[in-house]
Amino acid sequence: MSPRPAVPKGARTAARQGEGTPVSRLLAVEQLTRRFGGLVAVNAVTLDLHLGEVHAVIGTNGAGKSTLINMLSGEIEASVGRITLDGQDITRRAQYRRALGGVGRSYQRTTIFPEFTVHENCRLAAQAATPRPWTIWQSAQGCAASNAAADAALEAAGLAAEARRIAGTLSHGAKRQLEVAMCLATQPRVLLLDEPLAGMGAEETDRMLTLLAQLKATHAILLVEHDMDAVFRIADRITVMVNGAVIATGAPAEIRVNPEVRTAYLGEGH
Amino acid sequence: MDFGTFLVQCLNSVQYGLLLFLVASGLTLIFGIMGVINLAHGSFYMIGAYMAFALSPLFGDQFLVMLAAGVVMAAVFGYVLEWAFFSYLYQRDHLQQVLMTYGLILVFEELRSILVGNDVHGVPVPPWLAGSFALGDLMSYPWYRLFASAACVVLALGLYAVVNRTKLGMMIRAGASNRDMVRGLGIDIRRLYRIVFAAGVALAALAGMIAAPMSSVYPNMGASVLIICFVVVVIGGIGSITGALVASLLVGFVDTFGKVFFAEISGIGVYLLMAIILIWRPEGLMGRKT
Amino acid sequence: MTTTPSSAARPGLAGPALIPALVAIALALAGPTLGPYGADLMVKMMILSIFALSLQLLVGMTGLVSLGHAAFYGIGAYVTVLASGSEGGNLLVLGLLSMAGAAGYALVVGALSLRTRGVYFIMVTLAFAQMAYFVFHDTPVGGGSDGIYLYVRPAAGALDMENRTVMFYVVLAALAATYALLALIGRSRFGAALAGIRVNEQRMRAAGFPVYGYKLAAFVLAGALAGLAGCLVASRDGVVNPELLGWHNSGEVLLMIILGGLGHLRGAVIGAVAFTLLKEVLSTHAMVGPLANHWQLTLGIAIIVFVALLPRGLIGLAARISPRNTP
Repeated sequence: MSPRPAVPKGARTAARQGEGTPVSRLLAVEQLTRRFGGLVAVNAVTLDLHLGEVHAVIGTNGAGKSTLINMLSGEIEASVGRITLDGQDITRRAQYRRALGGVGRSYQRTTIFPEFTVHENCRLAAQAATPRPWTIWQSAQGCAASNAAADAALEAAGLAAEARRIAGTLSHGAKRQLEVAMCLATQPRVLLLDEPLAGMGAEETDRMLTLLAQLKATHAILLVEHDMDAVFRIADRITVMVNGAVIATGAPAEIRVNPEVRTAYLGEGH
Repeated sequence: MDFGTFLVQCLNSVQYGLLLFLVASGLTLIFGIMGVINLAHGSFYMIGAYMAFALSPLFGDQFLVMLAAGVVMAAVFGYVLEWAFFSYLYQRDHLQQVLMTYGLILVFEELRSILVGNDVHGVPVPPWLAGSFALGDLMSYPWYRLFASAACVVLALGLYAVVNRTKLGMMIRAGASNRDMVRGLGIDIRRLYRIVFAAGVALAALAGMIAAPMSSVYPNMGASVLIICFVVVVIGGIGSITGALVASLLVGFVDTFGKVFFAEISGIGVYLLMAIILIWRPEGLMGRKT
Repeated sequence: MTTTPSSAARPGLAGPALIPALVAIALALAGPTLGPYGADLMVKMMILSIFALSLQLLVGMTGLVSLGHAAFYGIGAYVTVLASGSEGGNLLVLGLLSMAGAAGYALVVGALSLRTRGVYFIMVTLAFAQMAYFVFHDTPVGGGSDGIYLYVRPAAGALDMENRTVMFYVVLAALAATYALLALIGRSRFGAALAGIRVNEQRMRAAGFPVYGYKLAAFVLAGALAGLAGCLVASRDGVVNPELLGWHNSGEVLLMIILGGLGHLRGAVIGAVAFTLLKEVLSTHAMVGPLANHWQLTLGIAIIVFVALLPRGLIGLAARISPRNTP
């Protein structure tokens, strides 16, 4: 049971690529579209995620952000378009295979296992990558690789102290941290975070943003968020969506002064 | 097969399918709106059939009056049953609902056994619907079966009208998509559920009453119709009345023609149909993709 | 053994294995002391325990509520009788064949049913069981509604199921093996994955688990174990009939695991024993007088009351009475 290498594969792959390809680009999304009958929920969205950067996606409610993230993680199929992970086309790949390939996802509504301890939550998530699941004579508790990955994830997420606590008894902010920790337990290279700051107070938000700042060095992060202050603090690039389509992409400073964005979104007294 | 036989089998298919639809529509409504899976739904069909057996001597020729009386009694019974029993099921998980309604089946079966016994009974066809009419040179078709189909069509149209054109229907449709919001709108959800449940019971019982003169009245009729109705709901999609109609007719055809061509193993025909639907469209023909 | 990792044993099996092991030993020792009626009843309860344990894997550990589990039980039983022929068969071979037959149908049913969820799944499993019922009821394969008789009970060398004592110990061994297997699964990674799937499938998929594959594996294994129970019941009764695959049987085995306690292995055994005894009591005139003729009524009411008041089963009741005994 060999654990994942500590250095994200993306870094090594990046070194192999050349020829003017953005070497740190882990996830490329091209013309991604999703139709529900007559409604176009996501319209020809193109963006990419680079190692070392937080790419935030913002937009009003109904702008298609949830559908977009669901298509990237594999929960919904795209009607049109391409998703490439590290050069490989994953558009038709099932969700669990994308997860094993390095795409991690956290949910807006907390999806932790409340009856298990914090450590068990992460260990279970980490277990997905361990080989030979049919070896039933080995105990789950004793699985070295899963335990190690869980320990590392909890350490990175700052929850190591709470490892033995029953997850259901955590505070809301800690639960959201656990949500991210479970995401990390599978040792992904790409993190798709769906409103990780939902329902958090100022102090909890700070802690989460510090965590994201640490994580971005070794991951490519997509952040869907409503908290504008937080977004402008942490994001390296911002994509703005309105009615399913991208109306602007760029550095925070550019987005802030972009007239279309101001009209469509920021102008509404945030 | 010649055209006459083919026509007769088509008519039989439609008639069987429509009868199934009456039962299945109640089942899918109750599940779609209240979220309760009710194993005892077949028992209401059986109760209807036994009601026909019990009431037939009293009403004689007045068949339609008897049906009306039966519907009223069944509706009242359903209303009370919802109040006394089913309203406690809404908060429980599916497993508990399955088991409690299973217990209910046992209770109904035994009560029936105590009150009416375990014999198979016939219910006479009313004289004004007796006999057959000619279909082509060689075949004839019983008037009663035609009446059964017509009655089901009328009821189906009535159901459609109520669900899509009335205020009650609007509340039903709203309740199906968003229970909490309906409550928030000040609609008395408890009464709504009671009415829907009573309607479901009445539909199933009515189907049983209509079926009685054709299929006779026997102890196990509830169970057989229940499982076929489950197949109908799976094929059609939960909560969709149109789906239930399409699926019922499909099942009617598969079962009837199955009996003609593959007499012995015709029983498994509908399950094979269900298997095909599961491969092709697991959410049902008109079900919403989750 | 429960299915939540936090309440699982310390890495050895010492703690939670102790009580079941003691019970097994006690049964083994008590065997010869039971009269023919007692031994017969015990064998029946042990076979039903295996049947209930197989469903516990599916419902309690994986969260898949199946209302058609009797199909695999019945198929196992029929395979045993059909493969025995007129000379009787080898016990081990018949056991494996029964499990294989049941597992085969479980693979087909599972592959299709697991494309659905929730209520759909319940209805579809019931329907597929009914389909199998019809095959044995209406076609010559199963000898029709009367069923078929077993000419000679299976044997394996010196172990001859015609011998009551041998049957007792063979069934006890099968029960112990099934219990041990499921306990191992419960503490393994496979079992942890099933527990995760039971609680939150979505999260499991997002973590990289092929959820459909895990569920199918659990479904087929549960079917195989039910088939084993079927083989044993055919050996015990010497006759099989289509009602073994009937929905009443599927409903009853589901009741057993709720009665005992969902999610706990010993709950399946406790439930099987309790339900068998309950049915015995309710249909014995000496106990309930004239009501014995209407045991369906009393059973139905008992079921309703029990599920309503004690959704966590007898184990839950014990936990409420003495919290220190919590599983």
